[in-house]
Amino acid sequence: MNDVTTDAGLPVRPVYEADAVDASRIGLPGESPFTRGNFKDGYRHKLWTFRQYSGFGTAEESNERYRYLLSQGGTGLSVALDLPSQCGYDSDDSDVEEEVGKVGVAIDTLADAEILFDGIPLDSISTSFTINGTAAIILAMYVAVGEKQGVPREKLRGTIQNDILKEYTSRGTWIWPPVPSLRLIADTIEFCAAEVPRFNAISVAGAHFRDSGANAAQEMALTLQDGITYCDEVVSRGRMTIDQFAPQISFFFYTHGDFFEEIAKYRAGRRRWAEIVTDRFGAKNPKSAMFRFGVVCGGASLYAPQAQNNRVRVAYEAMASVLGGVQSMFTAAWDEPFALPTEESTTFALRTQQILAYETGVARTVDPLGGSYFVESLTDDMEDRVKAIMADLEAQGGMVKAIESGYVQRLIAEEAYRSQLALEAGERLVVGVNKFADGQPPPDAIGYELDAENRKRQMDRLADVKKRRDDGQVSETLNALGRAARGTDNLMSYLINCVNAYCTVAEMVDVLKSEWGEFEQPRVF
Amino acid sequence: MAARILVAKPGLDGHDRGAKLVAVALRDAGFEVIYTGIRQLPVDIATIAVQENVDMVGLSILSGAHMALVRKTIIALEEAGGGDIPVVVGGTIPSFDVEPLQELGVRATFPTGSSLTDLVAGVHKVLDQHAAETEGTSWTS
Repeated sequence: MNDVTTDAGLPVRPVYEADAVDASRIGLPGESPFTRGNFKDGYRHKLWTFRQYSGFGTAEESNERYRYLLSQGGTGLSVALDLPSQCGYDSDDSDVEEEVGKVGVAIDTLADAEILFDGIPLDSISTSFTINGTAAIILAMYVAVGEKQGVPREKLRGTIQNDILKEYTSRGTWIWPPVPSLRLIADTIEFCAAEVPRFNAISVAGAHFRDSGANAAQEMALTLQDGITYCDEVVSRGRMTIDQFAPQISFFFYTHGDFFEEIAKYRAGRRRWAEIVTDRFGAKNPKSAMFRFGVVCGGASLYAPQAQNNRVRVAYEAMASVLGGVQSMFTAAWDEPFALPTEESTTFALRTQQILAYETGVARTVDPLGGSYFVESLTDDMEDRVKAIMADLEAQGGMVKAIESGYVQRLIAEEAYRSQLALEAGERLVVGVNKFADGQPPPDAIGYELDAENRKRQMDRLADVKKRRDDGQVSETLNALGRAARGTDNLMSYLINCVNAYCTVAEMVDVLKSEWGEFEQPRVF
Repeated sequence: MAARILVAKPGLDGHDRGAKLVAVALRDAGFEVIYTGIRQLPVDIATIAVQENVDMVGLSILSGAHMALVRKTIIALEEAGGGDIPVVVGGTIPSFDVEPLQELGVRATFPTGSSLTDLVAGVHKVLDQHAAETEGTSWTS
């Protein structure tokens, strides 16, 4: 009856003593397997990156918001793209007209990307793109914009999410089936390793497993298993060793509200990845074994009723992330569950992590919880749980098979259902929702509407680009892309040629669709 | 005989945690549930609804594009010969859009945060009302 557990079901004792911990496994920060952090001096010389996710409407509007965020002390950009751009449609496609510019910025051609980064120095600002299906195309555009700004490829810094596996199960912006998608991802990883050495070619994202219902242990296990799949894909080509590309792999998670469980999740994840990269893939470079990750504090852990409470949730989640050793953080705005955050709420969210960094002193010493009987014990327990879930996924035939069969989708849906029933039964308490609720209706969700003027601007720009570009060059570069897709060449140089010819996102996607087909989703729940 | 419900996701938004929660809850409540998967065109949802002879279509929309997508789906249903199938909508539906949705023909809305218990009860109510209107049998699931 009295079983006290974390959200993911890890048992918690009333008190922990020395016998709970295997001291030999604790290690030191900056030393493999990095349980205590990637860097020996932690945040003492370099704080985590404050990276606020933002983007909406047209490139002009988003560019203005980016400049504002940078002027307020943001140190990196995080670009949200609209769903047509993410799924490979252009703004003038009547099937998707209602989604243009809605949940992110609309990017049809290089012309949009040029405006998006106008006046933003790409040699000193790093940019993260939440882009997956069309990640290789967006990377090609970023490289092309850099060239136009006079910034060489080796100076570009940032990340494309580029993690298609979790799109199939959780986020939904897939285009092609897994096999050709993995090929394209491996192409981007190779390209970045060879030519854009300071750019993360992939951000293996557990965040979306989490937001679609997975618990913390499942989130970490599914993410690490995805990471293995991507490494397998690159290594199996025989063109690169693990040490040539692994340092450019990063990870991405949600930090939710179970404070110590989240800290344990990150510590266990670092240790697990270091062992995987070293033991399974034979990495020799310690940098390959580093598990560098970004987080979002917010998402499904935020609620619309008594929405101001979200400010407090985000602050605790941010602290857990820092105690877990995060490299880059997005603190969500309190009004995110029901609105496009305002400049004011976005600024407050940024201030939340600035206060954490500059006032609380958490960054003074590395891994302040290292050696805590409870935290070390919970880290070990989390690692065991993660290992067990990963062994189960391997038994399913690996990630691709487990996705194609709907196994992963069902795992997540079941956990989401369990958690929802626990909330409705009052077994899981949320202040303002099922505890201390005030009966007030939550604020209305108000999405961003692209107004007629901005919609027209986007359509006009696309029409204008199509009129002015060299049609011969467009068909030549698209044909070359199609031919290359049939072979084994790295597709990045072909995509960069298409982008520079002002081919649209949909034109490039459609060429590849005609070669590769589309993903058939298992309709399971 | 259990009523058949089509849980459908029109538009490009891939967030189907809610749609799947609803699908499982309705199944547990004794309904026969078909899930379309994500990113369905309204015309395809209408085709499935008619082909599968469903008793209700539940649309889940979290992108904010519910007005346009519901309108398109209802028109597509009429064109496919399924104009009498009751439609309900869940997701990020602001209170000021509830009435306009009803005017389009939506029988019930379940905004984010609705409990599954309320949802199942609401579905029963819509089916019973519809059965009474068409003088059919009353569904008890």
